[in-house]
Amino acid sequence: MKTIRIGNGQAFWGDSALAPLLQVRHGELDYLMLDYLAEVTMSIMQKMRARDPEQGYARDFVPLMENLLPEILDRGVKVVANAGGVNPLACARAVMEVAEKLGLADRVKVGVVSGDDIMGNVDHILEAGERLANMETNAPLTDVRDQLASANAYFGAFPIAEALAQGADIVITGRCTDASLAVGPLIHEFGWQPDDWDLLSAATIAGHVIECGAQTTGGNCMADWEQVEDMAHIGYPIAEFSEDGSFVVTKPEQMGGRVNVASVTEQLLYEIGDPNEYKTADVICDFTTIELEQIGPNRVRVSQIKGKPAPDYFKVSMSYAGGYKTTGTLVYGWPDAVKKAQAADRIVRKRLDDLNLNFDTIHTEILGANACHGSALSGPPDEDIAEVQLRIGVRGSDKKSIRRFTHEIAPLVCNGPPNVTGYFGGRSRVEEVIAYWPALMDKQYAEPLVTLFGE
Amino acid sequence: MAQIQLRKLAHARSGDKGSHANIGLIAKQPAFYEILQREVTTERVATHFDEICDGEVSRYELPKLSAFNFFLRDALDGGGTVTLRIDAQGKTYSAALLRMMIEVSEQELKLVNG
Repeated sequence: MKTIRIGNGQAFWGDSALAPLLQVRHGELDYLMLDYLAEVTMSIMQKMRARDPEQGYARDFVPLMENLLPEILDRGVKVVANAGGVNPLACARAVMEVAEKLGLADRVKVGVVSGDDIMGNVDHILEAGERLANMETNAPLTDVRDQLASANAYFGAFPIAEALAQGADIVITGRCTDASLAVGPLIHEFGWQPDDWDLLSAATIAGHVIECGAQTTGGNCMADWEQVEDMAHIGYPIAEFSEDGSFVVTKPEQMGGRVNVASVTEQLLYEIGDPNEYKTADVICDFTTIELEQIGPNRVRVSQIKGKPAPDYFKVSMSYAGGYKTTGTLVYGWPDAVKKAQAADRIVRKRLDDLNLNFDTIHTEILGANACHGSALSGPPDEDIAEVQLRIGVRGSDKKSIRRFTHEIAPLVCNGPPNVTGYFGGRSRVEEVIAYWPALMDKQYAEPLVTLFGE
Repeated sequence: MAQIQLRKLAHARSGDKGSHANIGLIAKQPAFYEILQREVTTERVATHFDEICDGEVSRYELPKLSAFNFFLRDALDGGGTVTLRIDAQGKTYSAALLRMMIEVSEQELKLVNG
């Protein structure tokens, strides 16, 4: 039975730079999948492109291709990456330049999937009657239209398959569902049709299981985490997909980590909503029929996957400028570290009141006492704790107030409670808040476009 | 009857979905699934996360995986990039859930302690 091996080498922009190289070297892959885009990465890329029309993509991808190109061509590994961000064509041009520099330009074809960026088309779409309402609050987009920073449709996997069918060795996309970076190659290899719901669902779940990199192979895993072998050299995940719609999750044999039912189950449930209806542009997946079986060391078989017809809309990922925020921190030492931090917090708040500053929110946490789980769950703080970090954050639309707040932390070193340190970073930086606006949109308003470079 | 901490019976993973969070809760053995089903109810989880979660909690059952998915609406103070919380994406909520104390029979206690 024909099987295709797809390995993940990047879970987000900033993941291990070595992982893709090791995955190509040791993974015996047919395809390497690289995921660069988080929910709000696109807004950062829009800013990059506004400054320079040849930017706006995951820049790390270009030097990575410079390193990898000879090896992927020799080994016949194809690369599918959403590194294109809001400028996939510029990303492809940069990769072709690298290929030329290496003298490999005549051996490489780069396919690009674009058309997902609807930023320039939003007003037209609103005029045509779409509300682009926030999926979480149901507020209409017009509420934040003036602050909009990016808008992209989540495309599915068929345009990627099309680029591969045209002969691409590397496929660069803009926004598409993360899993489609794995689904596209499988559609291409197995010749699936748009209504092969069970197979598309199985492939989507395979993509979901490997898209977060080493989270499947023992990273960030609560089940017996101390027993995960050689985490320093953790192998990234591989899905070995069979034409019958089942797949095996594994990792490069000679690398560290652990693939077992516990690690795969944790990742299956990661960042999902209703497991009966996990929706993508291509299919609606059902997680409730899935069966897992450990069939060998570091090999878990995933089978019995069902799918339902795709929704007739795209999910759209938008971001908008939502004011400003900053967080100031200080460290208080033993004895009575928590009491000192609490006193410092009261003092800062009194001084801020006196200044009549304007914030939407002020939020205090004491790292070491209650920060991650809240006071109710953490219980009373350890009175003898060696030190704690006081962390006070403010958020609001008045930038001046936010900046003025940053002047109120350092003075506490000399005019507040004793045994304080950890202020050497200076005043905290005022950040612009980029907020997320997920919406749904009829599929007619965005058309995937496939372009091939290197012919 | 005995009170034990959920972490004895289960492991978990959590993350963000916009301003919502989800927690996958997985029985360490299939035999524990029914105990979790009885004890870790939507209502109890909502009460447990009262300080963290501003919206509704939903529970989804995945018996074939001996697992549940809990969806916590408005649990991230506005979501990953907006929030002032150190745990901006709810990555530690998995462990927060495992702090919960649940009630088991003497027979179940023996099963858990193996």
